[in-house]
Amino acid sequence: MSVGAARGLASSGQKPIAEILHPLSAAEEPLSPGPDVSVTGSASVGGEKEAGLTNGTPVETSSPASASSLFNRLQLDDDLEADARDPYAASETRDLFVTVDDPKKHVSTMETYITYRVSTKTTRIEFDLPEYCVRRRYQDFDWLRIKLEDSQPTHLIPPLPEKFVMKGVVDRFSEEFVETRMKALDKFLKRVADHPVLSFNTHLNAFLSAKDLNKRQGLALLSKVGESVKHVAGGYKLRARPAEFCAMGEYLDTFSQKLGTIDRIAQRILKEQSEHLTELREYGAVYSSWAAVEDELRRPLEGVAGCVTTCCGAVEELSDSMSQDFLPVLREYVLYIESMKNVLRKRDQSQAEYEGRLEAAILRKQEDRAPIPLEVEKCQDKVECFNADLKADWERWQSNKRQDFKQLLTGMADKNISYYEKSQAAWESLITLLQDKQTEDKTSETN
Amino acid sequence: MVEQGSILLRRMEICVAEAEKRSGKNAVNMQETFTVYLIETRPMDAVTEGQNPAPDSLWRRYSEFELLRNYLIVTYPYIVVPPLPEKRAEFVWHKLSADNMDPDFVERRRIGLENFLLRVASHPVLSNDKILCHFLTEEHGWKEAVCETGFHAKSDSRLRALSATFRVRNPDKRFMEMKHYSDELQSHTSQLLRARARVADRLYGVYKVHGNYGRVFSEWSAVEKEMGDGLQSGGHHMDAYAASIDDILEEEEHYADQLKEYLSYAEALRAVCRKHELNQFELEMASHDLISKKQQREELATGIVRTFSFKGMTNKIFGQEAPEQREARLKLLEELIAEGEESVKEKTVECEEHVEQAWVDMQRFKEQKDKDLREALISYAVMQISMCKKGIQVWSNAKECFLKM
Repeated sequence: MSVGAARGLASSGQKPIAEILHPLSAAEEPLSPGPDVSVTGSASVGGEKEAGLTNGTPVETSSPASASSLFNRLQLDDDLEADARDPYAASETRDLFVTVDDPKKHVSTMETYITYRVSTKTTRIEFDLPEYCVRRRYQDFDWLRIKLEDSQPTHLIPPLPEKFVMKGVVDRFSEEFVETRMKALDKFLKRVADHPVLSFNTHLNAFLSAKDLNKRQGLALLSKVGESVKHVAGGYKLRARPAEFCAMGEYLDTFSQKLGTIDRIAQRILKEQSEHLTELREYGAVYSSWAAVEDELRRPLEGVAGCVTTCCGAVEELSDSMSQDFLPVLREYVLYIESMKNVLRKRDQSQAEYEGRLEAAILRKQEDRAPIPLEVEKCQDKVECFNADLKADWERWQSNKRQDFKQLLTGMADKNISYYEKSQAAWESLITLLQDKQTEDKTSETN
Repeated sequence: MVEQGSILLRRMEICVAEAEKRSGKNAVNMQETFTVYLIETRPMDAVTEGQNPAPDSLWRRYSEFELLRNYLIVTYPYIVVPPLPEKRAEFVWHKLSADNMDPDFVERRRIGLENFLLRVASHPVLSNDKILCHFLTEEHGWKEAVCETGFHAKSDSRLRALSATFRVRNPDKRFMEMKHYSDELQSHTSQLLRARARVADRLYGVYKVHGNYGRVFSEWSAVEKEMGDGLQSGGHHMDAYAASIDDILEEEEHYADQLKEYLSYAEALRAVCRKHELNQFELEMASHDLISKKQQREELATGIVRTFSFKGMTNKIFGQEAPEQREARLKLLEELIAEGEESVKEKTVECEEHVEQAWVDMQRFKEQKDKDLREALISYAVMQISMCKKGIQVWSNAKECFLKM
């Protein structure tokens, strides 16, 4: 079977219906809150997606009449509201809620670091208590991620924000940096908690509930080395990668490239905006200094100077939100893609291993009539599970990605709209001011 | 921008209707291309009566407008003469053409020339000028008529005097303040024009880079299934956003033109102040000269030397001169003194008249400037609002597309 003590593996045969939901429901993951999601639409969507149900055999379409898919549809309808509230809500009824917030600085003689409060609410029996509140630092999140990668190598593990920051270039303790990092850690944890397999991982359980994680770290490093060696060694060559995984790899390459381009464009815009801001400030100052030598024109000129200053503030806000909200998400996806490519490589490896062993076994069989050894069957199972997990996770990832980017781009549009609205309001109030003065003058002239 | 109800403008409707390219030989007999502008005039009473007669029209080129203005400056040194639109494109932000033949520049110049004529024709003093009327109504013989006024002679010495440095003892304080103000106005409007051009440059950059989003979204949409359409159409709006800046900045040039007019006006104002300084200086010189001549006469008459003079010294060294010589010199001196007194009287009158008339026109100018610039600021604010509305529209459209991703 697949490595790791994961529960709820949809691909391994005799499981209750509730747990076979996973592959299809992942495909029908909430798309957009609101009127776009239609009840009748969801069934056909389910029909189009590939889903590995049993034995790793890809099922091109699932028959809508089957019991499990019927259950899916019903389940999905119930959960539409839940989905509308939270884009990360899984189709199953959520029973695990996690939050990362409340950053605090810790100063000790050895080092200074930030910890975050990790709050958990759950009804799962795997947890002793219904609520937990612990403090964790970045190192602990990193530990968790490593453990998850090791124990669930067939699954896509969400990425963490970048580990290393260049001292002197970025202030690790600045409000913005901490805020950005915290949001990314929160996202990471929520994605793990929403994953039907990863959320049952014992390491996650420990992370969320244990008072003290320190003891495990040493072991973690050792075990990480051990298991990755297991995967890399073997040296089998892959014959033919199934088309769908080729497609995944190609897609990831293209997507990664496009994200890089978007990142560069966004940075260029930030640079231009910053230079625009510099010139705007000086521009406003000229109006102010002119106002000082005028009498009738003083108020209008000062008014314009004030508007320009307001616009400067709005530009600054826009730029800040781009660098704090927009760019980090792009970078996070680039990291995500890297780790996904890694998983694809591991899948290739396990397929190669299986094919290699199978070939060797067939040769031996021909020679001395021995049956296919158990290890070869185990390898076959491993590959099939890997493929199924990967496909399921892929669908889930695709739909999360769609949601994330929709949010990202609409967010960018909103910020720009807000910038223009603020500017417009400033100029409109200036016109009112200037035109009032005009009517004032006219009435005083006629009097 | 221009007040109605002054004499010439009441009598006729004036506009600069068109611009055309012409070729011809210039003063040094070389082939050149230049632009001519069509001036159309119609009697106002015909217009108000509802008739629509064909306008009279003639063609003038920029250099003729310059000649007209120079004539006006010299002939009416107590008037703040309206300026012409700039000869060459200045304060250009980098994507804007600095080419004098560029159609947008020619169009803005046409508007500027019309504005000049309207201002001159509505001025209480300038609008009565015969040369101006001739300029507007008769194409031929105008240059000769201008030259016949002899203003050239006055203009050379005038321009020289304006640039010369001289010390005035008692200039009118108000004029000195006004001169100082004209310097401030010039400095601030030119700073503003420079700063505005830099802002325009940067804004251009911000908008244009967004066009890159259009391209990459399009490429990206090709590998996406459900997200593809929303991405692609969103990208199109990014392209539209990037393209919108060209019109926005072209429109802003009108605001820049209004500022440029007052930049030039500042110079005209300064010239009036300098003319006063010149008058005052010449008056002071003439008065000083008269006083010294009167002193000389007194010395000659009484023989008492009050002040040091070479004549006195030579008299002491070489002895007194003969009585006939003394008579002759006294007589000459009396004549000079009489002339000097006339001169001082004339110059005093000239100075006082100039001060009186110039002060009136400077007040008129101040009111006009305050009104015009306030309106310019209002129209600038309106432009900014329009730009914001366009921005909101485009991003809202893009957002609609992104929501469908």
